[in-house]
Amino acid sequence: MADLWTGTIWPVAVITFYILLIAVPLMLAMAYLTYAERKIIGAMQLRQGPMTVGPYGLLQPIADGVKLFFKETVIPTGANKIVFVMAPMVTFVLALVGWAVIPFGPGLVLADINVGILYLLAISSLGVYGIIMAGWASNSRYAFLGALRSAAQMISYEIAIGLIIINVLITAGSLNLSQIVLAQAGMWYIIPHFPMFMIFMVAILAETNRHPFDLPEDEATLVTGYNVEYSSMTFALFFLGEYMNMILMSAIAVILFLGGWLPPFNIFPFTLIPGPIWFILKVCLVLFCFIWARATLPRYRYDQLMRLGWKILLPFSLLWVVLTSGFLVYFDMLPR
Amino acid sequence: MTPHLLLFYLFATVAVAAAVMVVSARNPVHSVLFLILTFFNAAALFILIGAEFLALVLVVVYVGAVAVLFMFVVMMLNVNFVRMRQGFMQYLPVGGLIGVILLVELILVAGTWAVADTPRAIEPRPMVAGLTNTEALGNVFYTEYFYIFQAAGLILLVAIIGAITLTLRDRGNIRRQDIGEQVHRDRATAVELKKVKSRAGI
Repeated sequence: MADLWTGTIWPVAVITFYILLIAVPLMLAMAYLTYAERKIIGAMQLRQGPMTVGPYGLLQPIADGVKLFFKETVIPTGANKIVFVMAPMVTFVLALVGWAVIPFGPGLVLADINVGILYLLAISSLGVYGIIMAGWASNSRYAFLGALRSAAQMISYEIAIGLIIINVLITAGSLNLSQIVLAQAGMWYIIPHFPMFMIFMVAILAETNRHPFDLPEDEATLVTGYNVEYSSMTFALFFLGEYMNMILMSAIAVILFLGGWLPPFNIFPFTLIPGPIWFILKVCLVLFCFIWARATLPRYRYDQLMRLGWKILLPFSLLWVVLTSGFLVYFDMLPR
Repeated sequence: MTPHLLLFYLFATVAVAAAVMVVSARNPVHSVLFLILTFFNAAALFILIGAEFLALVLVVVYVGAVAVLFMFVVMMLNVNFVRMRQGFMQYLPVGGLIGVILLVELILVAGTWAVADTPRAIEPRPMVAGLTNTEALGNVFYTEYFYIFQAAGLILLVAIIGAITLTLRDRGNIRRQDIGEQVHRDRATAVELKKVKSRAGI
């Protein structure tokens, strides 16, 4: 019995505690990301943003959450009920499980697995199911069109993301996220791989269905796309999932290109700040770029979006793979 | 019963049950969803035997790409379920025969594997200690099986080109955007000023 306790129950309890330690602050971060988005866009458009609920509108996200919670959940008559309810859950769960392998600091990671980056790629490639299931199960033309657009878009940009990740992998020589960060101790990969960083930023905008690539929820033509039939908590789960995906993708960008938890310079004033704080600061910087793009850029046309993904980003990142590997082999700099 | 064994039976049972549902579900979209569940449990079984690279590649390739295409096709086709079931009894003998043949073959393969006393032609390679899955696979792929690996890549390339050639057809009257032409427009080619005489029009 004691063996069962030390061997199974206790580790599971500890892991559950760690999961809560990651997930609860993450939900809070997501709630305040919506607040930050409204405030930043407000400032960019010379408005104040939310100001009514609490001081400086700070309690606005909580008010929004409570409002969503008290709304009625409507399931359309023609909908396929099980798939309809499952779709937002899939989106939400997939946005959460990616965090299992993200290293917040040296050794501060829930699952330090050898194939961490492949795991993240797998999780992000699954994200399309939540949307396509929602679009199909709603039994509505707008929702279905939005889902199809989204699926095609996510698959197209995932290929570019895969090739960008290959660039980072051959430079770092590991699939483990902690080791990728440690390999950047000398120089962050944003410096040698700057074009790849830019393409990655574009691709994650498309992957999370954010402006200027938010065609799946194009208000003007599709009402709001795949989630048009959803209300109350089912809608809230989609919303949570979308914002959590944004934070996850920003975290991946930070790990791959901005040196994860490492300080910008390994000298006195910078080393005072602990690693996780650096990590959070960098994630906030990338998230600001997400919101900045939303406030600045007009929406793409669908054929232009496909052209950008397949004819520009994909060939260029493929070329960069050849260049990187050629450079590393010629100068004998391949990681051992 | 160790937790490891418990997990194995859990994943194996769900995989088999989902596989049964793939062929018995009435709605083809549900079939694809159950297929995805089967893939997932197969990936979990791979992880249990320590093949984490294979497991994740299975998820990325089959669940993330192949099953999405299945889903696309199944959702877009307007399948008439009543008409699909009409010829069921007519096709049952042929289908049943093929099923029985497959079952017998599987039993034969498993049986010879279990009772054979002769050594297998190719022995499985022992895992080198201290090497991760990915490194071990790469060491074999890019050294010993290099030409076969490249040939597989070439075959895939041919398949890609074939698929594109089959679906690409030239529909004459289509309007395409020429980005270069648009960017190279300037004031001289884009704007034309005309002096319109009053009451005459252009």
